[in-house]
Order: sequence, then structure tokens, then C-alpha cells
Amino acid sequence: MSLLKLTDVAMVYGGRVTALEHVNLTVEKGDWLAIMGPSGSGKTTLMNIIGCMDKHTAGQVVLDGIDLNEVTKNELTQIRRDKIGMVFQQFHLIPYLTAVENLMVAQYYHSIPDRKEAMAALERVGLADRADHLPSELSGGEQQRVCIARALINYPVLILADEPTGNLDEKNEKLVMDLFRELNREGHTIITVTHSDKVGQAAKRIVIIEHGHLRDA
Amino acid sequence: MLMNLQRIKMYLTMVTNALLRRKLRMFIALLAVAIGATIISGMITVYKEVPEQMGREFRAYGANLLLLPAGGSTTIQEEKLQSVYQKLQGHEIVGSAPFLYERLKINESPILVGGTDFDMVKKVSPYWQINGAMPSGSGKELLLGYELAEKFQVKPGERIILALGDGSWESPFTVSGIVRTGGKEEQFAYMDLKQMQEIVSKPGVISMAQVSVVASAAELDAFTRQMAAEEPSIHPQTVKQIASSEQTVLGKLQALVLLVTVVVLLLTLVCVGTTMTEVVSERRREIGLKKALGADNRNIAAEFFGESCMLGLLGGILGTVCGYLFAQAVGTNVFGRSLQVSVPIAVMSVVLSIAVTAIATMLPVRTAVKVEPAIVMRGE
Ligand SMILES: Nc1ncnc2c1ncn2[C@@H]1O[C@H](COP(=O)(O)OP(=O)(O)O)[C@@H](O)[C@H]1O
Ligand SMILES: [Mg+2]
Repeated sequence: MSLLKLTDVAMVYGGRVTALEHVNLTVEKGDWLAIMGPSGSGKTTLMNIIGCMDKHTAGQVVLDGIDLNEVTKNELTQIRRDKIGMVFQQFHLIPYLTAVENLMVAQYYHSIPDRKEAMAALERVGLADRADHLPSELSGGEQQRVCIARALINYPVLILADEPTGNLDEKNEKLVMDLFRELNREGHTIITVTHSDKVGQAAKRIVIIEHGHLRDA
Repeated sequence: MLMNLQRIKMYLTMVTNALLRRKLRMFIALLAVAIGATIISGMITVYKEVPEQMGREFRAYGANLLLLPAGGSTTIQEEKLQSVYQKLQGHEIVGSAPFLYERLKINESPILVGGTDFDMVKKVSPYWQINGAMPSGSGKELLLGYELAEKFQVKPGERIILALGDGSWESPFTVSGIVRTGGKEEQFAYMDLKQMQEIVSKPGVISMAQVSVVASAAELDAFTRQMAAEEPSIHPQTVKQIASSEQTVLGKLQALVLLVTVVVLLLTLVCVGTTMTEVVSERRREIGLKKALGADNRNIAAEFFGESCMLGLLGGILGTVCGYLFAQAVGTNVFGRSLQVSVPIAVMSVVLSIAVTAIATMLPVRTAVKVEPAIVMRGE
């Protein structure tokens, strides 16, 4: 069984704006998919649906054996918590918590905060020495690596990254992409959104989205 | 259990750091709560203390309790007064002036003379205006009511002859002073109680006593009922006019203080509510992020309520301390005495602060839980 299967999915905002239409997509365990397309084509919309942040308006989404049409909003939150790790373009750390505390928040919502494990996750992205710094004291690249560590902390089945390097310089872009490569090699399933060809090429597979329609590259 | 402890620790880390590391905004909210708590605790202290303090002030307007003979007798034994005072214990007795009234004569015209304790008269009726001085008690001195002084054309320092009605005794007295009260006292003369008891051969006996006691009308009524049951030879009578006008003024004052307190509570509610609303809208992104990380509505609500309760607690404590100082200032400047620390009031105002901030947070929290996690992806 596929990890993720979208069948004829549509997303219509407010009954008027059609952001996605007839989207079919299958992602296997261990896959690394890059979604590419121009701005406004529906990439983020698609990520929100896959990430259980928003509900599609038509079609079927099956994530890790769960049909998202069958679940309530609360259950959607729970699925998001248990199965998804997310990395955003604008980093999004809680500004008044330190790096390690930001990881522990994700543990807190998931189950139990465990400082040791959070430290280990920071170690793994090479930021153990920055554990007690506030986000404002970290560079953009460092912040994004904290976010990646956070995305991993609850052992998600799927990692979603929307333009993860969109706000980074080349050096940090490489650091972050190396991290993703390593994660994928270890067996993590990843979906990245990007409009950088270089970032796209790192993935195993690329799909193109245009005006809410998906096609293979 | 240990696992829960870890969760509680993380929760507290989030809540306290949300306050501590976001100084300015939280400082403003804290200030709003503290000011509210200051005024509320100060007002409640004043509210509670006003009757006590004002009651003391009112005692300047004269006796509020008369002790009259009862049960067929026309006099009271002085020694019985002690047991009456004992029954009043718990209420501060400002003074108790005994009076023995007898008919004597000056220049063949009958007058009413009261024997009394002038030290007590000063306490019970501080409004008596004396031209000259009160009798000292050592010499043969007389205090004349203003009307009598006019009638007999005497001035302080002059001497007059006082006589018993049947002519069996007469003696010269010095007029030590003339009293004006604006009342019937101006028609009487007063002398030392002991001298009076000797002249009329009624040792240890009085006609009545005027008592000035710090107590409310209701407390005096209760006392009257108790006396009727336990000491039937003395009939206490509240001076209705004074007691009830005291009550009216106090009632109005307390209503005013209560009104101000309620208004301040509402203002605090609005102020904290507005601040928390701003806090929520400022932190939409953070709320969205937390939801994206898996926070449910209960988590979000618990965190905001946790923050507001912490604010309420800190602001409440700060405000209660300030409020106490405020009440002290009112106490010393208005009533001329310091007020006591009241633990129940302190606890109540802190609890009230927490309650008010929690209530003020309800509406903002409703907004907060409605924030969609999808906004984080959009980078709003
Ligand atoms: N919440 C929303 N309400 C209405 N329209 C939206 C909303 N979010 C996105 N859209 C619209 O959906 C389309 C796709 O947007 P988006 O998924 O953000 O594109 P991309 O991420 O590829 O730039 C755009 O036309 C956008 O205006
Ligand atoms: Mg986008």
C-alpha cells in the first residue's frame, strides 16, 4: 500500500477560487518527491491538504491507510501530530523559546517533552552548541535546521517542506539539502515544494503543477 | 506520573517565557491588572473600614445611647453601669457621662441642675461650646446654660447663690463657664456629680447616662434587646436621630465605594480583554504554528489562560500591595489612623484579579482557537 494516495482531488476556496483540480498523486514509502510550479499554481494548497492542515473539497486522500474524508477536524489534528513533520519557508520558530525548547514544544503536543532526545536531534543537525539560543540569536540557516530537527522529533511518516531553502543563501541551501538527502537515504519519505531547479533535481521524482493541475515532469 | 511532570514542566516553560521574554506587551497587561487590583483592594479595604472609621467620626456629634432607669425606679445605681459597659464589650466606648438632675433655686427661681463628670462630657459631647471653663470638681463651681446666664445676667467668674428648693441648704458657687449647645442644655446648670450627690443626699445615684459608643444602629438594637433580658432595671435607648442618620450616610458612602469598585472591575476587564485580544492577533502566526505542530484547541486555550492567570496572579499581588499602601494613605489622611492588614481582603483581591483576567481572556481565546494552521504555510 502506498504511503499517500490522492485520487481526483480538488480544492475550491470559499466556493469560488479553484486552487486544485483533478489531482492524482501517489507517494511510496522512502520516496522523495519535488513539486514544482509557478507561484500561485497551488503548491502550498496541495501541501496543506497532504499535511492535514486543510481539508480538500472533493476527491479522496489516503494517508498511511487513513481516508481523510472519514475523519473529523480533531482527528485531523491528531493525524497531523502523529504522521507529519513540517518545514516552512519562513522558518517559524516560537520566538520566546530557545532552540531546544522549540523542539520540546513539538514533543509536548505529541506526547512527552524529552530534553535529551531534543538535544540529540539538534546534535544531528549540527546545532547542539546553539541549543539555548533564542531564534533571534540564530542565523536563517540555523533556524531552518532547527525546524528540520523539529520536523523529525516525533518520528513522522512523511516530511513536508514548502520552499525550505527559499529564504536561504547558497551555502545554507547546500547544508539544508544535504540534510534532506541524508534523511531520505535513511528511509524518510519527503515531499518538497520548490521553484529552484537545483533543489528539485535533488529529489528522486519531480511533478509539475500548473493552474491547479498536476502532471509528471 | 513522571511523564506528566515533564509535560507540566514544558507547559510552564511555555507560559512563563511567553510572559518573560515578551516584556513590553506583557508589562502593559500586567500594569492594567495591577492598577485594577490596586484600586479594588484599596477600595475594598476602605469599604470595610469606612463604617468603623466613620462611626468613630460620628461620635463627635454626641451620645448615641441613653441609659435610663426602668422597672418603676427613677434612678440608677452608679455601680450598675459597669455591668452595662461589660455587655457592650467589643464596641469601643468613646465616653459615658452620668447625670443626676435635681431642681434647685437661684434667686428664688427654680432651675434644673445636672451633676455630671465633666471629663466624660468632653468625650461624649465634644460639640459643647464653653465660654470660660468647665468646673474643675475641686471648688464649688457651676457651669451655666446660656439661657440661664442671660436670665440672671451673670458672666464667667461671678458668684451666685444656689439653694435647695425647701431652703434647707444654700451656698455660693462660682460660675466657671457658660455653655452653648444649641439645645435644651442651655436652660440647665451643671456641677460636679459628687458635689451634687452630697447636696441632695443621694450618694452613688444618677438619673441617667449618655453613652457614646462605636456601634451601628443594628448593633445597638441588639444590645437593647440583650439588656431587656439581662438587666431590667436599666433601659437603654438609642438616640434614633443620630444612629439612623449615621446609617444613611454610611450606606451612601459604601454604595459609592461599591459602585467605583464595580466600575473599576469592568474597566480592568475591558483593558485586559483588549490587551489579550491584541496579544492574540499579534500571535496568530505562533498559534497557527502550534496547531501545525499538533496543538489542539484545548492546548491553545490552556496556554492563553495559563498566561492570563499568571498575569492575574502577578498583577494581583503587585496591585494588592499597592492597594494596601493606598488604603493606608486614605486611612492616615482621612481618618487619621492606620488601617489593619486584612488577609482575607488581600487573598480576595488576588483571586479577583485572576478571575477578572481569566474572564477577560475568554473572548480572545475564542478568536485564538479559530486560527487555522494553514496560515503558517502561507507565511501570513
Ligand atoms: N485561503 C485562501 N482563500 C482563497 N484563495 C486562496 C487561499 N489560499 C490560496 N488561494 C488561492 O489558491 C491559489 C493557489 O495558491 P497557493 O497554493 O498558495 O499557490 P503557490 O503555493 O503555488 O504559490 C492562488 O490563486 C491563491 O490565490
Ligand atoms: Mg506557496
